[in-house]
Formats: sequence, structure tokens, C-alpha cells
Amino acid sequence: MSPEFAIASIVTIIGLTTPILLAGLGELITEKSGVLNLGVEGMMLMGAICGFAATAATFNPWLGVIGAAAGGALSSMLFAVLVLQLNSNQVATGLALSIFGTGLSSLIGQSFTGRIVPQFGSIFPDILAKDPIWKLLFGYSPLVYFALIMVPLTAWFLKSTRAGLILRAVGENDHSAHSIGYSVIGVRYAAIAFGGALAGIGGAYFSMVITPMWAEKMTAGRGWIALALVVFAGWRTGRLLVGAYFFGFLMWLELFAKANGFGDSLPILQEIPSQFWAAMPYVMTIVALTLISSRGNVGASAPACLGKPFLPST
Amino acid sequence: MTTLNRRSLMKAVGAAATLSLVGTAARAEDKVKIGFIFLGPIGDYGWTWAHNKGREAIDAALGDKVETLYVENVAEDASAIPVIRDLAQQGCKLIFTCSYGYMDQTLEVAKEFPDVKFEHCTGFKRADNVATYNSKFHEGRAVLGTIAGKMSKSGTLGYLGSYKVPEVVLGVNAFTLAAQKQNPAATVKLVLIDSWFDPPKEAAATDTLVNLGCDIVTTHTDSPGPLQILEQKGLYGFGQGADMSAFAPTAHLTAIEDIWGPYYVQRAQAIVDGTWTSTDTWDGMKEGTVVMAPYNAAVPADVVALADAVQAGYKDGSYDIFTGPIFDQDGVEKVKAGEIMTLEQLATIDWFVKGVESAS
Repeated sequence: MSPEFAIASIVTIIGLTTPILLAGLGELITEKSGVLNLGVEGMMLMGAICGFAATAATFNPWLGVIGAAAGGALSSMLFAVLVLQLNSNQVATGLALSIFGTGLSSLIGQSFTGRIVPQFGSIFPDILAKDPIWKLLFGYSPLVYFALIMVPLTAWFLKSTRAGLILRAVGENDHSAHSIGYSVIGVRYAAIAFGGALAGIGGAYFSMVITPMWAEKMTAGRGWIALALVVFAGWRTGRLLVGAYFFGFLMWLELFAKANGFGDSLPILQEIPSQFWAAMPYVMTIVALTLISSRGNVGASAPACLGKPFLPST
Repeated sequence: MTTLNRRSLMKAVGAAATLSLVGTAARAEDKVKIGFIFLGPIGDYGWTWAHNKGREAIDAALGDKVETLYVENVAEDASAIPVIRDLAQQGCKLIFTCSYGYMDQTLEVAKEFPDVKFEHCTGFKRADNVATYNSKFHEGRAVLGTIAGKMSKSGTLGYLGSYKVPEVVLGVNAFTLAAQKQNPAATVKLVLIDSWFDPPKEAAATDTLVNLGCDIVTTHTDSPGPLQILEQKGLYGFGQGADMSAFAPTAHLTAIEDIWGPYYVQRAQAIVDGTWTSTDTWDGMKEGTVVMAPYNAAVPADVVALADAVQAGYKDGSYDIFTGPIFDQDGVEKVKAGEIMTLEQLATIDWFVKGVESAS
């Protein structure tokens, strides 16, 4: 395996990983506040179409990213009003958001089908971005660096800031947080919006970076993988990063095993049916869940109020 | 034939009086309803988009006599059954199920509705009210293989496919054999991604094929995503199902365009006329079902001449890529020298030719 091939493969893996990492980070924050939003797939699609549309309208990919974040966040607000204001069931409402986002993005996207925008690729000069070695560092869309910066930022926010502490308090014990004067509903609105914005940017990674075009359902189920990723990571940012790259690696390994043909390295990979690879992220999530629950609370369990509506007694 | 007598007439009048609602429904049914089951979204700009063009051709030609209905994004599993059944219950007289994976589901619903006619695309199981139709896409693949074999510098070609179904196997084999006619050492790396439409996965698979040394990648999945990846990398590929040059002006050398309109109009007309019978139609370049999109300027003149010769050969019947000797991946001679594979053999093919490198 030549270094050029290894680097090119790492670039591919990073491309596979970035959208689920972004969406997973957003969902992690949402879930930390005690809200389970299963609408990630719908929000990603809304982000994908809004990012594409904003780029097509302005020819400015940065405005496209803002559009994607806005599209994801706005669609998440629909969910937020239903579950926070009207106390609807979070699971059902989240699923509804996934279906709604799929449909609405298709509707908005009708007039954008068949169009392309310039790829939101590396902003570094080609001599670095296209170099077979240096592209390992410089060959990515700004969204890749954004995702990688967001991981330690999110970890720092949750662990070391007052706002992060309040967010966790709301997710772990909403009544206590409420009784000492924090706005549970307000915090959850913000967390849901943040989750929506990051899911939207994750979706835009498909429509602006990988394949700069719009196609209905183009996220093809990545939102569900992002959801599994949060559970796999045990609601911890560091593990989320590792898990995202692990999932990305598995997706790449499937394609590599198939493309590599006979006689090359790792012939054992040829014998594994592809459905096995497709199921791997979910299988690994179940394994991780089993480990977490069998080892008791090791600081990697779900927020205590996850999925429960907040009904203050006063 | 019903003979009218006073009793049956009275019955009919009574029924009409009590069921006035049905009466309105019947008036709406003056137009013959024709249904379509689509695999992907119409906006895929590939397979389903081309089928929808065929549906629109019916509307344009017979709009005063027929009404078309369609359902998009129908999965190729048991969930297709209620969707097909629903179209039949809505009064469709003819239903096109536009993908291989609807084979058994189509036959099952056809049993429940003997008066409704069905047309299953790319399959091989028929019944009195189930016809099959297919297109010789592999003729187009032979053109692509000719171009790729001649233009590839590495001699390693990529083939991005969906599932191991006869249509895809034929495409892979035709592409490989045609490339080997230009470059006997050419090999084809094959990835089947288990989906017809998954742009991120199609893109990553294209990436992987390129990383493994393929300098031309042809796609047998339905999105233009792979072409965009090739465009970014300055490499070449081909459109699938429709002219996709808008997505990749430089990378798009040509495309196989599926032209379903003439067949769809002909079958719809047969329903209107009451002359429909269960048939097996497998048209190709000769009949105008498979058409090549304009060549990119990047294709040199001598390669254009070779590609045109393949097209001309298919149109006058002098060329068939499945002419022996043909060896399978293990080197076993499957078709003897001078023999041509029959349509029956092609329709059920499940082995790859020598030179195809794949997991299956």
C-alpha cells in the first residue's frame, strides 16, 4: 500500500465521516439537554437543499453554509414547538420531522434538480490542496476543519463552561434546574436549534462538497447513522469523534474490499457479504449499548431526562 | 358479452339510483388509467427520470384517452406489493413496474387482478396479464467499453454497479469485453454498492476506484454523483440513463440514454384498442430504445469512429459483443468461438467475464 494510496483513502474516509460527525455533534448537544430528536435525517435534507439553494442564489458558499444551518435550525424549531410547548411525544414527533423534512426538501428542491453549484472545496492553493501528499492536511473543504474544531469546542463547552453545566443539569434533572431558576424550555430550545443547525451543515456537506448538486433523499439514511453514533459514543464528544471515524472507516472498508478484487491484500474481506458492512454501524451501536449497560454507570449513560417531557408542577 | 333483457336493465337502473357516487367515479374513468411504479425519485436525472419521460410521452400522445399515475421511491421488497395493488384498485388498466426488483411482487398482484395488465421492466417471468420489456443497455455498454478501452492510460477501468442482477452483469461483461477488444490487457474493477441511488456512497465508491488506479469509471447506479467526483479529479466517465453532461461538462464522455417513450405509447395504445397481449420485448439501438448522448470533445476522432462502428454494427445486426470465445473469471470457456449468446442466456446471466475483478 503506497503512501499516496493511504493518503487518498484517508481523504475518502474523512469525506464519509464529516457529515455524520457534524450531525452527531448537534444531536449530542440536543440529547444532553434531555431531548431526543429523531428528525436528524429530515434536518440534514433540509440543510442540504437550503445550503444548495443559498449557494445557487448567491454564488457564495459561505452564505450557503449559513443557509444550511438556518434550514436545519428552522425545521428543528417545528419539532421544538411541538415537544416543548405542546409536550408531544418526542419519538413520534422526531420521526414525523424526518418524514416531513424529506418531503419538504423534495418540494423545495424541484426547481433545483439538474443544476450544479461550484464545489465548496479546499480554500488552499492547488499546489497544496491537490498535492498527493499535502492534500492530507490541506485538501479539504472548510467544513471538514469546522467539524474537527467543533469537537473540542463542544467538549470544552459541556465540561468547562457555566452554560454547558446548565445544559447538562437540564438534561439530567429538569425539575431541579427549574427549581433553582433556570429556564428548562429555553435551554432546550437552544439545544434543539443547535442540533438542527449542525445537522443542516452536515447535510450541506453532501449537496455542496461531495457532490455539488441536489437530488431528493441524497443523504440516503446518514441521519440514522448519526443517531446511532451518539448512542455508540455514550453521549461523550471524544468517543463521538472516534466513533464517527470508525463508522467512516467501516463504510470505506466495504467499498475497498469490493473494489480491490481478487489476489490483493486481505482476501478474507472478499468473503464477507456487503449487507454485513451496511449493518455494522448499528451492530456496533448495540454492542456499545450492551457494554455500557453491563458495566453500570461509567459516566457514559444517557442523560436521565432523555425523551421525557418537562411538566413543571408549578 | 352481456345480453340486455328487462330484468338486467331494471337491476342496472336500481344500482345506478342507489350508487350515484359510483356513477361519478365511472365518468372519471372514461379515460383509461395507466400506472407507473418508479424505483427512485424522478429527480434522479437517471433511470427513473428516463422512465418518467416515457410516461410523459404517453400523456403527450394519448392524453385525451388516457390518464397516467405514478408512485416514486418504491422499495424493491415486499412493501412494493401494496403500492402496486393500490394502483390496480384505483382502476389502472395497465401498470408498468419499472425495475427488476419488482418481479415477484408484480406477478403476485397480477394474480389478484386478472383484468389488469402489467408490464415488468427488465424481468423474465411472465403471465397472461404480465408482459416483460427490457432494453439492450449492454449495447450502449459496448460503446462505452470501446471508448474506455481506447482512452484509458492505466488499462484499469472502474465499474460502479448496484446489484448483481442480469442487467448489471450484462453491462459489466459488455463493457469489459469491448474494452478488451481495444486493449487486451484491460481489467475492470467492479464495486456493487447494493443500492440504485445513494449519492454519498456512489461518490465514495468512485473515489475508491480512482484511488485503486482506475482512470475511467462507468456507473450503473442512477445519480450523477460519480461523474461529479470524476470532474473534480480531472478524469472521465459516462452518464447513466440520461445525458448527464450538465453535471460534469468535462468528465462526461457520452451517456447511454434510455428512450422508453415509443414502447410506452405503443403499449398504452394497445390497451386503448383492446389488443394488448403478454409479450417479451427486448429492444435496443436498432429500435431506438438505446441512444448514445453526444460525444464530448475530449473523445479523439479515431475513438469516435470506433464507437460509431459499434453503434452502426448494432443497428445493422453485424456486431454483437457477446460473440464467443468468452471466458469467465476462472478462465472457463463459457461461449465457444463463433457462437453468439442467445437472448435467453443473456436474460439470466449470472457470471462475469475474464478481466472483471470483483468480490462476487
